[in-house]
Amino acid sequence: MNKIGKVKEFFIEKLIVICGSLSIIFVILIFIFLAREGLTFFKYESIKDFIFGRNWYPLSNPARFGVLPLILGSVMVTLGAMAISIPLGVACAFYIAEIVNPKMKDILKTGIELLAAIPSVVIGFVGMVTLVPMVKKIFHLPTGLTALSGSIMLAFMAMPTIVSIAEDAITAVPKRYKEAALALGATHWQAIYKVILVAAAPGIFAAIMLGIGRVIGETMAVMMITGNAAVIPHTLLEPVRTLTATIAAEMGEAIRGSNHYYALYAVGIILFIITFVINFIADIFLHRIKK
Amino acid sequence: MVNNTKITVKNFNAWFDENQVVKSLNMEVFSNEILGIIGPANSGKTTFLRTLNRLNDIEDKFRMDGEIFLDNQNVYKDIDVNLLRKRIGVIFALPISLPMSIYDNISFGPRRHGIKKGLDEIVENSLKSAYLWDEVKDRLNESALNLSGGQQQRLCIARTLAVEPEVILFDEPCSGLDPISTAKVEDAMDKLKQKYTIILVTNNVKQAARVSDRTAFFLMGELVEIDTTEKIFTVPSDKRTENYVSGRFG
Repeated sequence: MNKIGKVKEFFIEKLIVICGSLSIIFVILIFIFLAREGLTFFKYESIKDFIFGRNWYPLSNPARFGVLPLILGSVMVTLGAMAISIPLGVACAFYIAEIVNPKMKDILKTGIELLAAIPSVVIGFVGMVTLVPMVKKIFHLPTGLTALSGSIMLAFMAMPTIVSIAEDAITAVPKRYKEAALALGATHWQAIYKVILVAAAPGIFAAIMLGIGRVIGETMAVMMITGNAAVIPHTLLEPVRTLTATIAAEMGEAIRGSNHYYALYAVGIILFIITFVINFIADIFLHRIKK
Repeated sequence: MVNNTKITVKNFNAWFDENQVVKSLNMEVFSNEILGIIGPANSGKTTFLRTLNRLNDIEDKFRMDGEIFLDNQNVYKDIDVNLLRKRIGVIFALPISLPMSIYDNISFGPRRHGIKKGLDEIVENSLKSAYLWDEVKDRLNESALNLSGGQQQRLCIARTLAVEPEVILFDEPCSGLDPISTAKVEDAMDKLKQKYTIILVTNNVKQAARVSDRTAFFLMGELVEIDTTEKIFTVPSDKRTENYVSGRFG
């Protein structure tokens, strides 16, 4: 190889290395920034008061930064969304993978993927004009902007993730298992329930975890339809405020360098830890399948 | 041997898409016999076997006509499909242990048919009949996937016996096994014939000669000849049969 060729090779190689590293570097930078800004908050306030504090009044005097209502808000909306989307999503995945004919299967899969492509602000808007008045009317509530409304709309957003990953896991179960079960006189349902579900369980679990990750991190739709009241919720029929919505709603008005500003970063850290743990668990199960 | 007819096949044709894989088949299978089915690849042996307990139902491209009777009941009309598969068990070419424990593999069938009591006994007896009990009796709760190939195949036999079938279909049960495991499976078949009717599809002509009472020769989806094993292997009436069993093609 001539000298120019070698130099060219050298630069191209380095360029690829840089491009590859950048994605990791960005994640690390974001994490460092988040940690630095967030941890500053704890110089002024105790961690215990922050996590277990029952009041979030960032603008009162003295300001109260208790994040418990926000965590409970996020948890409640997520649990509600999961209660709806897990049974529906897993059943839907089994229907697509096992029962429906091939032609319909293509149509359904495309439909599910289209659902994933709807921007969350559109989902939030649709929920606001259709679902919210309905919830209000059915339960005779003063407002339809409740945790329940948020859960229902978020369930729609988690469905594509759960369905498509669970469907892959079910399709990956060797067809021979099903044949063996049927050959012993099991019905189709028994083969699904006793054999295929067991064999596909790790993949289905990973699908559920990724669905949860999607729901917890969702911001726009929940901000539009959950009512955003930072109080500790007791039922699904009360307005709640989630961690994500708090950051999105208040970051614009928080004064840079104020306690309020740092508190929002601390909220970000909590969110980061939650989603990290969930994705990590999902990853463990996905790797287990590959083996 | 008293020749009670167990299975009757009348004018059976089968297709995958436009491809006809079995052509106007007429034959009978007698109770308590081992019927060997031999023939080169793609002669329709396995398709025929899988139609007997309707496992081809799950193939989208499969199409058939004609009639198959089990004890004078039409398998496509008179018998519930899950009951049919209980009465006609099948052992596949590759052993398929379900991803669960040895005990659960055996008790899977009986449980599906609503049996809750006496499972321990069923498991023990089935494993004994398949000559596997001594090797696994101390590790019934271990995953069946840890067994060797030969053990897994005998586990599959035990699993089929556990639902107390009347007919057992063997689809090249020894194609993946070593000679010693093969001998064990063949021994098992010989004992099983007293209680069950056995149909054995095999690519191994010598195996058919060793274990079967009657032998059928399939070629390109047609039944060329069916007769006592002795006659097929000594004085076959069709030239093609003679060529195949003497190893001139196939």
